[in-house]
Amino acid sequence: MKILVCISHVPDTTSRINFIDNNTKFDTSGVQYIIGPYDDYALARAVELKESSGASVTVINVGLAETEPTLRKALAIGADDAIRINADPSDSYFVAAQIAEHAKGYDLILMGRESIDYNSGVVHAMVGEMLGIPSVSPVMKLDIEGDKVKMAREIEGGKEYVEAKLPIVAGCQEPIAEWKIPNMRGIMSARTKPLKVAEPKATEKAVTHIRYDLPPPKGAVKMISADNVEQLVQLLKTEAKVL
Amino acid sequence: MKALVLAESAEGKIKKTSLEAIAYAHALGGTVTAIALGTVSKDELAGLGKFGAEKVLHASDPRLDHPVIGAYASVLEQAFAQENCDCLVLATSSIGVPAAAKVAVKTGAGFVCNVVDLPDTSSGFKLRKSIYTGKAFSTVDLSSPKKVIAIRKNAVTLKETGGVAAVQDFKPALKETDFNTNILSTEKATGEVLLPEANIVVSGGRGMKGPEHWGILEELARSLHAATGCSKPVSDMGWRPHHEHVGQTGVKVAPQLYIAIGISGAIQHLAGVNSSKCIVVINKDAEAPFFKAADYGIVGDAFDVVPKLTAAIKAAK
Ligand SMILES: Cc1cc2nc3c(=O)[nH]c(=O)nc-3n(C[C@H](O)[C@H](O)[C@H](O)COP(=O)(O)OP(=O)(O)OC[C@H]3O[C@@H](n4cnc5c(N)ncnc54)[C@H](O)[C@@H]3O)c2cc1C
Repeated sequence: MKILVCISHVPDTTSRINFIDNNTKFDTSGVQYIIGPYDDYALARAVELKESSGASVTVINVGLAETEPTLRKALAIGADDAIRINADPSDSYFVAAQIAEHAKGYDLILMGRESIDYNSGVVHAMVGEMLGIPSVSPVMKLDIEGDKVKMAREIEGGKEYVEAKLPIVAGCQEPIAEWKIPNMRGIMSARTKPLKVAEPKATEKAVTHIRYDLPPPKGAVKMISADNVEQLVQLLKTEAKVL
Repeated sequence: MKALVLAESAEGKIKKTSLEAIAYAHALGGTVTAIALGTVSKDELAGLGKFGAEKVLHASDPRLDHPVIGAYASVLEQAFAQENCDCLVLATSSIGVPAAAKVAVKTGAGFVCNVVDLPDTSSGFKLRKSIYTGKAFSTVDLSSPKKVIAIRKNAVTLKETGGVAAVQDFKPALKETDFNTNILSTEKATGEVLLPEANIVVSGGRGMKGPEHWGILEELARSLHAATGCSKPVSDMGWRPHHEHVGQTGVKVAPQLYIAIGISGAIQHLAGVNSSKCIVVINKDAEAPFFKAADYGIVGDAFDVVPKLTAAIKAAK
């Protein structure tokens, strides 16, 4: 079985978000980049399937040269080879089109339910549509049984058990697998694993980012004594007007 | 602009988030057709007129009672074409967003998700969307002639305006390949207030010490008609089901009131709640970082404060 895992290269979840150049550009200074946490779950499940059933795992990222350390980390975690599409991942449709271009021939295409920078959560569905194969998201459990995939998908207020025939695309989230930390051997071997760079295919662009802004700063917290919860109820009613 | 709106239902009722999508489409200024899938009563559908739908298409095929992504996408695409629409509006949801993403690919429409405001059409078509899990916003220009817009909760204020919508049966051609995923079974909490829809959320963290202590939290939630949520370690340890996990890697909520009990306020938790209108934090540690993100705070032991708060809320009713 051939598994493709799509990896986003995103700011660490503890990053302070700031913008520069008149709020037109993300400020990367001091920001640590990581494998998107949801993609990390997808990768962990792929590596488990590799260990249990001998699948091969390829990772793919749409990004410029600075994303290569993130791809190397995915190789250290256990992927066999990597593809980087040399382009700025500016819009979901563009990213999906690039992935679809390279995803033919894979049985299982895994990725996170969403990237944690733009949070759209649509790339899996778009890739599925472009390839004409089923897509399911957010998947919290995934097992292969013959030519079928059995999954649990989270829905509002619960979950749904779904089955589909391979090949499929799945957008993953916890608790599909536990995040894996690369070990020394993995890190060493990742240096020599193949990382192919491909040029993007041209697609039309419908969405252009113009400017960014931050939410207004929060006012000071009003502290209330634990012996006076009645005051809190009163304030929620008359001041915050939320009760 | 001719808008089609996905009107999702749960237990026979159109979801409040979908009512907001209808109100949003109405505010765009053109005609609004809503589409409902599966079993919903005609009265419920006619009532969508109140929020601005002129017409409601009803695809009542019982196979659509189950949210099959491929089938939903196929129905939406056919309705979009039949009604000659140029804009599809929907609320962010587990079925709506992936189905709409497929429609965007099928029709060549541009797609913007997590939209928080009405568009600015003074030049181009500019939409403001939430990014970095609520930590920032981006204003984007959506230049394609056909558009798909997925809105976040509270992108528009609901007010009842119009009258009664004309309900029409809609019989899309569904192919076997539209059902290429097979739903085997569903586990769903019934009768509870659902987290993504809730106006008030009562959320507990590791400070609650164990699942056996959730009773006081649930009682507080009941007194407020609130949904219950939790932090990630709480769902990781299996104290609470995963669909209650709030934060960066869980559900993003935007209620009127979020009450956090025994949650420290890690940045990843805050990412899921920072769009709440009002935040109350109850924590025994005065230094807990959550207080910095709160509107109101109480330093105290949850096991003492929460029952007192429930009593005070009941007394104030
Ligand atoms: C990539 C990544 C993604 C993550 N995503 C999420 C996410 O989506 N959501 C999330 O929640 N976390 C997430 N986390 C985890 C996050 O960093 C924190 O570890 C987590 O939020 C802490 O949960 P907590 O506040 O319940 O527990 P703790 O940090 O242990 O805090 C417990 C709090 O309870 C208080 N307390 C203890 N006893 C009492 C009492 N009797 N009465 C009142 N207060 C009491 C303590 O003072 C403390 O502040 C993520 C982490 C990473 C690395």
